[in-house]
Parts: sequence; structure tokens; C-alpha cells
Amino acid sequence: MAQTSTVRYLDLIKNGIFKENTIFKLALSLCPSIAVTNNLRNGVLMGAAVLFVQVMVNITISLMRKIIHPRIRLPIFMLVISGWVTVTDLTMAAFAREAYKQMGLYIQLIVAFASILARAEMFASKNKVTPSMFDGIGMGLGFLFALTVISFFRELLGKGSLWSFPIIHAKPLLIMILPAGGFFAVGILMAFFNWMSMRHESKGR
Amino acid sequence: MSIDSTKLFELVIAASLINNFVFTRFLGLCIFFGVSKKMETAVGMSITFTAVMMISAALSWLIFNYVMVPLEITFLKIIVFIGIVAGFVQASDTIMRKVSPGLYYKLGIYLALISTNCIILAVPLINAGEHYSFIESLAFAFGSGIGFALALVIMASIREKLELADVPAPFKGLPIAFVVTGLIALAFTGFSGLIKL
Repeated sequence: MAQTSTVRYLDLIKNGIFKENTIFKLALSLCPSIAVTNNLRNGVLMGAAVLFVQVMVNITISLMRKIIHPRIRLPIFMLVISGWVTVTDLTMAAFAREAYKQMGLYIQLIVAFASILARAEMFASKNKVTPSMFDGIGMGLGFLFALTVISFFRELLGKGSLWSFPIIHAKPLLIMILPAGGFFAVGILMAFFNWMSMRHESKGR
Repeated sequence: MSIDSTKLFELVIAASLINNFVFTRFLGLCIFFGVSKKMETAVGMSITFTAVMMISAALSWLIFNYVMVPLEITFLKIIVFIGIVAGFVQASDTIMRKVSPGLYYKLGIYLALISTNCIILAVPLINAGEHYSFIESLAFAFGSGIGFALALVIMASIREKLELADVPAPFKGLPIAFVVTGLIALAFTGFSGLIKL
């Protein structure tokens, strides 16, 4: 029994990272995926913030699921989410000042993430605390993974550095750190993931 | 007075062209990609969006400056603003359904979508952060609405053509839309430096 449940938790995490990856597969919560990913550090920080909010929201909703009246569930979910976002926002403002200056607005806008609300509605409000927590971890990790990949390529190509350590000394492709580059990066990565899953499917047949 | 109106004009231009929400601040992308498939829905969305944006910006400004600043609870602004926006959208949904069912039939579906839009929430947050006056806030909201409308209409007209184009299979749908948006964004960087604020 113990073993089957660990397998299930692993499945939940995998589901969040690959099958239902928020950005590449569901195309939700796209705003920050482009806005903050012009360097790796911001991308990772943003991903971590979302991971934290997602897990905490899932746990809270799951704990409260018996006392929330179904008719007013959406406003309550929004309240819980904005509460946790405020916690993240104030924490980042206190401890990561430099990064916060650049991405403060986007941290506050985690509130409007469709993906967090969707997970609260679809999963956490119907499941026990532990699976909800793992579902949150999976979705959050998937998001973190997507942001890391995008910001990795954008910083490497756009500035020739990673985590602000210089790596390539050739003239960088300035366009990748411009807004336009973000759209290109996400578009091309999405196409790549589509291509992978298409290939996967045709092999399975 | 004339200085004021120049400043307001600059705010509108800056919000709609230079700092266009979609192309340079990347907000509201979910809706942007969602409703830009057809020109008709794009226009409907733009109208509803600009109206809701201005009213919710005005409401948030009033509550922020007359309730939250005196009470020193400005750290709660995220919670309060999302409450205002969601509440207002819900209320206008109900009112519209009763008062003018025709209009509701046309624009009602967009209203529901709007409450999850980041721009609607970002405008009050930026207004509060920049300490804009009431009129300035309205001008900023109006400019943002126009900018979003512009983006939607441009994108919709391109995507209608794109339906007929022969796109490589993995790029079909969203990926190619992203690349196109990137190209438009590149064009919009040409507006930067138009006005120094």
C-alpha cells in the first residue's frame, strides 16, 4: 500500500511537469514566462515564487474543502490565493530587493494566474491534503522547469552569460533579451515540445 | 491647464504605444491569444475591456486613496484590488443581463473572461505604485485599453490570414502565433523613445 501511494505521488509530479505543463502544453499563465525570463536568475526566482504559492494554496484549499460552500467557492479561492501572493510579495520585497525591483509587479500578478485557480478548483478542492500538496509541487515544478528553460536560452543567446557569469565571448544576439525575443523563444520551444510529443505518438503506434 | 492636457496626452500615448501592455509588458497574453482568432470577437473584447478597465481603475483609485491610505493598509492592495475587479465584473454582468439583454448577448462572454486578465489588475497596481492623480489614472487606463485593442485587432487580422497559410505541423496554432507576436513586438520597439516621460 505504501508503495502504490508513492508511485501515485510520483505520477502527480510527473503529470505537472510533462503532461500538463502549464506553459508549453496548456498555454496558461504566459505573462511572466516572457516578462521575467530575460535572465536565468529572475526566471528561477519567479518559478520558485509560483511553486511556493501553488503548494500553499493547494494545501490551504484542501484543508478547508469541507467548510467552503460550493456557491461561493471562487471568491474564497481568490482570497486564499491573494493572501499567499501577498506573503510572497512582502517576503521578496524584504529579502531579494534587487530582483524585486525588476519583477515586483509580476509577483503581485501571480494572483491572476489561471493555472493556480484551476488547480485549486480541479484538484485541491476534491482531494486530501497530501495528494493536493504533491499536485501543487508537480505543477509548480513544471512551471519552474519551463521558466528555467526559457530564461536559460534567452540569457545564453542574448547576453552570452548564465546567472550573470560570462560564458560566450562572441557578440550576443541582442534580440533575445528584447521583448520580441521572449515571444520567439516561447514559440520555438512550444513547437519543439509539440514536435517531441508528435514523434512520441508516431513511435508508439 | 494646457500643461496638464499635454501630460495626459503623453500618458495615453505612452500607455498605448510605447509601453503597450501586450508587446512590451507581456500582460494579458492569455486573453490576447485566446480571442484574437477572429476579428469580430477581437473588436467586442476590446470595447468591453476598455470600458471595464476605466471603471475599475477609477473605483480602485478612490478606494486606495480614500480608504486604504488613511487606514494604512496599503499592503493589502492585491487582495482589495482583485476583490474590486471581480466584484465589479460580476455586478456589471448581472446588471447588463437585466438592463440590456441585447448587449449582454453580444459582450457578456467577454466579461467573464476579463476578470482573470492580468492587465485589469495591473493598471490599478501601477496607478497606486506611481501615485497618479485621479485624472492621470483614468488617462493611463484609457491608454492601456486602446493599446490592448490595437494589439488585438492587429493580431486578429494577421491570424485570419494565417489560417490559410501552410505552417509546419509542430508550429500550428499557438507557436506560430507567438512568433508573429514577436515580430509585431519588434515593430513596436520602434516607438520607444517617442516621448520622454
